[in-house]
Amino acid sequence: MSRYVSFRDFDWLLLIFVLMICGLGVTEIHSATMHTKFAGSHIKQIYWILGGVGAMFLLSAVNYQLLLDRIHWFYIAGVASLMAVLVFGQKYLGARRWIKMPGGNHFQPSEWVKLILILSVAKYFADLRHRELSWPDFIKAGAIVGIPMLMVLAQPDLGTALTYVPIAIMGVFLGGMQWKQGVLVALLALIGVGAVFFVPRVHVLKSYQKQRLTSFMDPENDPQGTGYQVEQSKIAVGSGGLWGGKGSQTHGAFLPVPQTDFIFAAFSEEHGFVGALGVLLLYFIVLMRLTQNAQTAPDRAGTFVVMGVVAVLSFHILVNVGMVVGFMPVTGIPLPLMSYGGSSVLFMFLALGMVMNVRMRRFVN
Amino acid sequence: MFGRDDKVSAIRLTAAQYMILAIFLVLAYGLWRLQVMQSGYYASAAQKNEIRNVPILAPRGKILDREGRIIVDNYPSFSALLLRDSSRDLNADADLIAQGLHLDATEVRTRIRHFASMPQYQPIFLKEDITPDELAFIDAHRNELPELDTIVAHRRLYPRNGFMAHLIGYVGEVTEDMLNQPQFELYNPGDVVGVSGVERQYNNALMGKNGARRALVNSHGREIGLLGETEAVPGKQLKLTVDIDLQIAAEEALEGKNGAVVAMDPRTGEILAMVSRPTFDPQSFSVRVSRDQWSKLVNDEDHPLMNKAIQAQLAPGSTFKIIMATAGLQEGIAQDLHVNCTGGGIFYGRYFKCWISARHQSHGAVDIVKGIYQSCDVFFYTLGEKLGIDRIARYATALGMGQKTGIDLPQEVSGVMPSEQWKIRNFKQKWFAGETISVSIGQGAVAATPIQMARAFGAIASGGRMVRPHVTNPTDLPPGIIPAQNLQDEVTIPIDPKNWEIITDAMAQVVSPVGTAGASAIKGVDMAGKTGSAQTVSNALKAKMSASDKAKHKDNGWFVGVEPRRNPEIVVCALFEEGEHGSLAAHVVSKVIEAYVEKQRRQPAKMASAKAAANAEIGAVWTEPDEDGGEQKLQGGHFFLDTAKRPLAVMTAAPGMAQTH
Repeated sequence: MSRYVSFRDFDWLLLIFVLMICGLGVTEIHSATMHTKFAGSHIKQIYWILGGVGAMFLLSAVNYQLLLDRIHWFYIAGVASLMAVLVFGQKYLGARRWIKMPGGNHFQPSEWVKLILILSVAKYFADLRHRELSWPDFIKAGAIVGIPMLMVLAQPDLGTALTYVPIAIMGVFLGGMQWKQGVLVALLALIGVGAVFFVPRVHVLKSYQKQRLTSFMDPENDPQGTGYQVEQSKIAVGSGGLWGGKGSQTHGAFLPVPQTDFIFAAFSEEHGFVGALGVLLLYFIVLMRLTQNAQTAPDRAGTFVVMGVVAVLSFHILVNVGMVVGFMPVTGIPLPLMSYGGSSVLFMFLALGMVMNVRMRRFVN
Repeated sequence: MFGRDDKVSAIRLTAAQYMILAIFLVLAYGLWRLQVMQSGYYASAAQKNEIRNVPILAPRGKILDREGRIIVDNYPSFSALLLRDSSRDLNADADLIAQGLHLDATEVRTRIRHFASMPQYQPIFLKEDITPDELAFIDAHRNELPELDTIVAHRRLYPRNGFMAHLIGYVGEVTEDMLNQPQFELYNPGDVVGVSGVERQYNNALMGKNGARRALVNSHGREIGLLGETEAVPGKQLKLTVDIDLQIAAEEALEGKNGAVVAMDPRTGEILAMVSRPTFDPQSFSVRVSRDQWSKLVNDEDHPLMNKAIQAQLAPGSTFKIIMATAGLQEGIAQDLHVNCTGGGIFYGRYFKCWISARHQSHGAVDIVKGIYQSCDVFFYTLGEKLGIDRIARYATALGMGQKTGIDLPQEVSGVMPSEQWKIRNFKQKWFAGETISVSIGQGAVAATPIQMARAFGAIASGGRMVRPHVTNPTDLPPGIIPAQNLQDEVTIPIDPKNWEIITDAMAQVVSPVGTAGASAIKGVDMAGKTGSAQTVSNALKAKMSASDKAKHKDNGWFVGVEPRRNPEIVVCALFEEGEHGSLAAHVVSKVIEAYVEKQRRQPAKMASAKAAANAEIGAVWTEPDEDGGEQKLQGGHFFLDTAKRPLAVMTAAPGMAQTH
């Protein structure tokens, strides 16, 4: 089988839009941290982006088929690293999420597990040839995502654990889920969430998690407490108006963590509805371009890989922007490509690397 | 490798695209809602966040006694704050902080944890009213503990040991309940307002008006710009009618006892002293009352927070007989009433004992004068039977029984003066004639406060001129402050001069060797009064009680005294709870009257004291020998004497007050 791979087929257009979003993120990080102890974060972010782009090129050069063939080893390594976090992890703010690496860096395995899950789910469904999903298939797919998810929940890190869910949903949906299966699972999920919330003896969520969720339901009732963040975020976004304002919420530090989780609120305050809508449009273009790449993928597995990335990216945007405008509770999920932070940037570019990988091999065989 | 059939369903991929479109439309709607539809609301919310009114606290006005001596003052007080917006690990510093501020380290950590969900700009109040060495600790650790800071507030400085605590009252932070009431609508949360006593009554004068600084702040509360400033207007001074010297005498006289003393000038209604025991320390309230401390005070059986001078309504006992005597004489019955006391008598088919029967004695032949100085119950039973309840009630009501005196202090109670109408109105029952007999000796349903008794005695001894008691003089009030009542109200109850003489002379005999309080006589002082001892439970109930319960329910002792006996300058009422007999209360009163008289004697004349600060000029002539010791020469000259050095008063301020003002 002849393989014709060229960077001419690299999705340069997609990269341009992605870098536009990153550029807006860098300027907003600069603006939001200017007078704080985080000043200079935007320079670090640029380094992360450059590193991310490099990693993307590297990953796109490795044939994704080779990765898929060895995915069970990656999967085992991923689960082992999550286990290591639970055993040796650094405890910070009541949760073990990081492993301290030599050289003072912190490694958060739950991020790269996300990549492994995208590949694992893709591999699983690519190998299934039936048009319709049987119940055992359904349960196996659920287990692939469910095991690492439970381990992340145990850290506890509800936000990251939730980002695994769309990978499974997208896989099952495209893998040929039947409608009655969808309805039944949705119902079960509803009952499960209801039990976690309203049955007092079920202690799945930590109290701070419950508090975050309940304060989301009624933020005005508790403006000084956990609902404070949501309320300040809404004030920041709302006071931006149509064309943007002077940004007193961001620069007066009323808005919590304006360079990471609430970067979209900071951007919306300074650039108004027009600016915020522009950013959403950029994200939408990126997502549409990605699904287009999924459609032209050389095989089932390629489609699943790209759509897995689409699922994670859309979910992040939905939850993060939803939180900023007050539709979603505070979960600590960053906005990909814009939020400050090495893990998040690196993950996005590695994911894009896999997409490029798939695209560059679209004319193979 | 795979055929076309192996491709993922195109329909599902398209469905995923529409799903993403739907998500973006929802998010765009969210932005539209906040940034376009409600942008006005959020813009003003952002502004509210940013602009802070920092209050400039106005000190409360001082409270002075009638001679301008300081009773209540202010002092600058520091509170220790823990700033939470620094990057320090507060929990790690907790041990050092706790040690320096004399706090418990675990308590500090608990505080830090409690505040964890609060916004960072809100500091933790670690300790209020810190001591100088704690302040020094904070200053010395500015670098090591940058998160530790202080703020200054003016705090009330009250006299020591609860001196005058009930009259002065205390201050506290305005409560939510108060803020909801219309009369407090101008107050802001966090304001310190009077909660009881004079502090509450004259809060508007004392409070002052906080200034404000409108500043631009960031979320850490740090000021980043100034928009404007209004200065604070300090509270006004308030001069009371109380005389510290007399107050001290009254406090000392009641020390170790429960009850109340009130001293009043019956010519004007000025309150000269007011004591209630047990007392409390308002100083501990001016910072923060702990829940334990508060519930201990509230649940104490001896009611330390109650100002018994105006809030204890109790049976006045035999002191009521002076009101009975006034009614009896004015109605022309008592003058010619002669009763033979055999230690008791039968009225309306029931046997009523005279107090003397407990000593296995009797009073024998009794007229109005002996009835008063020997406090013969049988005489007053007979008089009460002849007068009937409605005539008694008419006189008693005229003399202020059963109604508030209108003193300018909060929460005065009205007492009870029963009558036929009163009984029908409150109990839907007819008055039993037998009840009149109990009322005649100040028992039964009659209940009076010490201030009511002082006022009634003052009125009777002044020939019927009854004034409204007050703790401030309208002329001394700061401009713009109008007292709630007209403090110069007075009424005149017609008392025949002859009757007036009979009553006051008989009252003077009470403190003579033949009277019930003979031991309380003061040599060379024309004191008169009346004892009383009132049961706290009925005789029937008492018979059923055990010895220990009986000890708990001892009689209350009363004494109301005046000086001099007619047109008195001072009337003092003492209530000695569980004091058993009025003669013990009489000791309390005589000590206060003695202090008053002594002070009057020290101050030669009111006129001289007004000019006391000036130097007196004295001219003199004398002879002295000339240089060679021969002839005597007449000399003359003028001298200036510095009279200001003459000690006008014993105290220059209430106990516990700094004397450097």
